[in-house]
Amino acid sequence: MALTEQEILAGLGKIINEITGIPAAEVTPEKSFVDDLDIDSLSMVEIAVAAQDEFGVEIPDDQLKNLKTVKDVINFIQS
Amino acid sequence: MRQIQGAPGARVLAFGGYQPANVVTNEHLAKTMDTSDEWIRSRVGIVERRIAGPEESEVDLAVQAGGKALAASGLSASDIDLVIVATCTLETQIPNAASRVAHRLGIDAPGAFDVNAACAGFCYALSAAADAIRGGSATHVLVVAAEKLSQWVDWTDRTTAVIFGDGAGAAVVGPSDTPGIGPVAWGSVGEKADAIKVKDRNSFLQQEGQAVFRWATTALHPVARRACERAGVRPEDLAAFVPHQANLRIIEAIARKLGAEKAVIAKDIVLSGNTSAASIPLALSRMIERGEVPSGGLALLLGFGAGLTYAGQVIEIP
Repeated sequence: MALTEQEILAGLGKIINEITGIPAAEVTPEKSFVDDLDIDSLSMVEIAVAAQDEFGVEIPDDQLKNLKTVKDVINFIQS
Repeated sequence: MRQIQGAPGARVLAFGGYQPANVVTNEHLAKTMDTSDEWIRSRVGIVERRIAGPEESEVDLAVQAGGKALAASGLSASDIDLVIVATCTLETQIPNAASRVAHRLGIDAPGAFDVNAACAGFCYALSAAADAIRGGSATHVLVVAAEKLSQWVDWTDRTTAVIFGDGAGAAVVGPSDTPGIGPVAWGSVGEKADAIKVKDRNSFLQQEGQAVFRWATTALHPVARRACERAGVRPEDLAAFVPHQANLRIIEAIARKLGAEKAVIAKDIVLSGNTSAASIPLALSRMIERGEVPSGGLALLLGFGAGLTYAGQVIEIP
């Protein structure tokens, strides 16, 4: 069951909103977690765990540090 | 040979807490290492912590907290027949802390042993105390969790130096006709033993922050729920949730997932730092002192940390 970019983006928006309070509408593919969304590495861990529950794809800590933008996470989940 | 039975239940009669007078602020730490008040507040949630000087040992901290709990309980030293000290930061292991604490509090010839389960130590010790009372091994137990983490921390390492503090918390536990300390839910994850450790006698405390954060925010809320289940209560019934004060963001993540809507959540870490085993009794003793939680209400205690170990139980607030 392949998810579309839109579906993953919507799911991520909901997750990021729950964990950080950032409005889901601000979560767009080109945004950088650290620079644009002000999300630090601890929140990234929470987001990765929630994404695993939501999409069934595990994102281990050592891969997580390479995912700088929302698009990077979408690509990782799709691959 | 025969067996004996103790009381039908056990309960905490009183809590007591103590931290050294010396306050160390984030600004102070920012002078000697590359960190900032803003970074520490947002990342860990700590504003200040207490650090003992060389003249105050972890045993001294234990004696202070133990004495306060004893005084609050209305019992005298001669009523105590077992002393348990939960600690992982003793400067030396031999003799144990419990014998020394008992002697200094004027408690005559009690059973005395130490428990090392790091930040889960108080919950482990409390469970042992309740079992001793119900099993007939003791009548009144003084449980003290005392830690001097500052003597194990590398004060040039900004990843650990900003987190830890010193302190002690204690509880006097006694017999009860009805359950006052629920069945413990405990366990360990030995395969992650390297996540938080002191390598050898010449090393400092080190931890894999991200791995510990991931574990703490995912593996513990089911344990919290199991502790509630075993006590026959629901998270919604809790008046207080007192997790180990590891990091404010871990506390908030576990609380969010537990869903104990009516519970006051302990956030003592903000002004105390992470005091390992002492954090739970220290936090709860203050919440009680400030009138933030109802006597007779239910509190869920949840300790977790190096080992990795964890333990939690529901108790009735004295």
